Amino acid sequence: MAATETQTSGPRPDILVTIGLLLAGLIGAVLATARSADPLFQFHGYIFMLAFAAALGVLVLGLGGGRVKFDSSRYEDGVIRAGVIASMFWAVVGLLVGVVIAAQLTWPNLFYFPDYGWLNFGRLRPVHTSGVIFAFGGNVLITTSFYVVQRTCKARLAGGIAPWFVFWGYQLFIVLAATGYVTGITESREYAEPEWYVDIWLTIVWVAYLLVFLGTIWKRREPHIYVANWFYLSFIVTIAMLHIVNNLSLPINLLSTKSYSLFTGVQDALTQWWYAHNAVGFFLTTGFLAIMYYFVPKRAEKPVYSYRLSIVHFWSLIFIYIWAGPHHLHYTALPQWTQTLGMTFSVMLWMPSWGGMINGLMTISGAWDKLRTDPVLRMLVVSIAFYGMSTFEGPLMSIRTVNGLSHYTDWGIGHVHSGALGWVGFVSFGALYCLTPWLWKRTRLYSNALVEWHFWIATLGLLLYICAMWVSGIMEGLMWREYTKEGFLAHTFVESVSAKHMLYAIRTLGGVFYLSGALIMAYNLWRTARGDVRANEPSLPEIAPATALAAAE
Amino acid sequence: MWKNHAKFERHSLLLVIGILIVVSIGGMVEIAPLFYLESTIEEVKGIRPYTPLEQAGRDIYVREGCYVCHSQMIRPLRDEVERYGHYSLAAESMYDHPFQWGSKRTGPDLARVGEKYSDAWQVAHLKAPRSLVPESVMPPYAFLADKELRTDDAMDKIKALTRLGTPYTQAMIDNANADLAAQADPVSSGGTALKRRYGAKVAQRDFDGDPSRVTEMDALVAYLQMLGGLVDFSTYKAETGENRR
Repeated sequence: MAATETQTSGPRPDILVTIGLLLAGLIGAVLATARSADPLFQFHGYIFMLAFAAALGVLVLGLGGGRVKFDSSRYEDGVIRAGVIASMFWAVVGLLVGVVIAAQLTWPNLFYFPDYGWLNFGRLRPVHTSGVIFAFGGNVLITTSFYVVQRTCKARLAGGIAPWFVFWGYQLFIVLAATGYVTGITESREYAEPEWYVDIWLTIVWVAYLLVFLGTIWKRREPHIYVANWFYLSFIVTIAMLHIVNNLSLPINLLSTKSYSLFTGVQDALTQWWYAHNAVGFFLTTGFLAIMYYFVPKRAEKPVYSYRLSIVHFWSLIFIYIWAGPHHLHYTALPQWTQTLGMTFSVMLWMPSWGGMINGLMTISGAWDKLRTDPVLRMLVVSIAFYGMSTFEGPLMSIRTVNGLSHYTDWGIGHVHSGALGWVGFVSFGALYCLTPWLWKRTRLYSNALVEWHFWIATLGLLLYICAMWVSGIMEGLMWREYTKEGFLAHTFVESVSAKHMLYAIRTLGGVFYLSGALIMAYNLWRTARGDVRANEPSLPEIAPATALAAAE
Repeated sequence: MWKNHAKFERHSLLLVIGILIVVSIGGMVEIAPLFYLESTIEEVKGIRPYTPLEQAGRDIYVREGCYVCHSQMIRPLRDEVERYGHYSLAAESMYDHPFQWGSKRTGPDLARVGEKYSDAWQVAHLKAPRSLVPESVMPPYAFLADKELRTDDAMDKIKALTRLGTPYTQAMIDNANADLAAQADPVSSGGTALKRRYGAKVAQRDFDGDPSRVTEMDALVAYLQMLGGLVDFSTYKAETGENRR
């Protein structure tokens, strides 16, 4: 990189525009809060005000103190460091809420508080799902995409201060969503629960994100767009489409939190599951596949196995995924032709999914010995194995007759968690373990032994979790449809509930293990960032960050 | 052939357009026809829009996240029909903004829970589920009985639903607050008008057993007690051609 220090003296236009928008937002929030009769709307109005005022204060003070500097000859890594911290923070929060609600279902007398309705399962469950998917997963995706797009394009992030707006705007979205759920502000659309004004805010942030990402690609000094960026781009673009269509709703008035969905019944159900399944497809799959396509080759120091497979994988995956939603509605009032179409494409989806898995795993060819010594690479590889497993299980469960048993049961919960804990969790942890020494310019992690601990404790936890859920799901599914010899239903519903008690306890324990692993990781990353190295630990050959385009092809 | 892909790798806008086209097709083929194929929703007798009190109860059902543990969709499987009642019809959720079919049965299906238990049972169960069902893992909702129902937005709700296509009449909109109050008060004189507007089967009771005020418990129980009871299945012919889908 050329060392041309370009420090602008006057205030930059992007900062002035941001200050203007923040001021407008602040005034709007004050007016809306003052005129609203809805206490919940006012509560969120105060959060908006606080956020805008704090951002304004920081910007104005920073400008006045001359601390807002940009060196356009260097990569923008500050926002990525912030993203690593945020990802780790939300991982712990999201997993902790998960453990709490698992405990509620196991020991309801201990973990429900009749005087605190906002701590009930129904309100905390979205905090857990949004916490791990959007707060943890979303931050990992934004963070890694900002890192990868810069390195693979050899260009600084576009938009000056815009990446920081994306980062903090997204954190505000998370806070609004979570505080909304516990106070009862929800659209009840699974994985899209936030109300209309939070949806609008996320749309603004997301468009800024797309522009920053595309703008960086436009500045690239490489002729080709690297494969990881195709996947990031499909994630950003498709999530925008899904988010907007699924959240179409009419507020009962513009100063109220409450809105009603545009569609009803059948159409609403399919729109929602078209969204929700593709939140899995494009948030939890293509986004994290982008991580795989950058971090696995980087960590293994091998090129991506097959360029052609990447192309086939990419286009077939995104084309087929979008059709799979109706498999969530088998045997419902959704017309059967739609169910069958959804099932067909879900089964077909198995192929591109495994194509991607093969492309990832075969990238390790010639470097398999590193699995013995490098727990971070092992984490990445195990994540791909879990990706393969859950993308086999998914098509299986989408077959109508199998779904007749598995739907509405804990089998679905087990399936989701084998993907979420095994694939999304581990590939994210692997990426964060790579990023932290690179970003804080350390030669190595604080401790590889702690990574080993994290790896094994998390693996044990997730195996306990998914096995318990498989057993309880299949058991309750069978109990519901069991008949006595005389032709009567063999079990009451509540018998299936009490039969699951032990399995719920095992599930909670698995969650505690997985959370403990994340805590160990947080400690390890914190010490790494500080520059500490644990005494008496043999050091591994570390992989240097990419100063130039280094990954595959 | 592979060389042609370089166009996408060199032109980001081409890549974005390509992605958008490829990911739009599935949704357009699967979702769009549901809006104009007439066979999507059956023609049945008895379906009506929710009364203002029931709608308020439904909004509480949504607010508390009941859908994360309770489905409202009985599948046409032998055990489900015997356990819960007639399988759910598309028509039964045609006025549901948003739908509440659910995806998980940590608790039982509620599509036809209406009038299966008494109001007193529902209230006692909501307040302390394990007092009636010791093995239950349901959260307690005693606070609903202490919270007065917010009614200042009742008319806004009916208006918004009308704008979205629910066939409320002008009289229903104008009398939203009166109808709401009347339904929770068994001796109210407004009951006649309420039943004239929404049908004679509308339940007009003091649902929570506390006649002094209209609470959130009133609204939620009013909603639960009407679930699944609208369609007249004595006139519904499931086996006729247009209903077999």
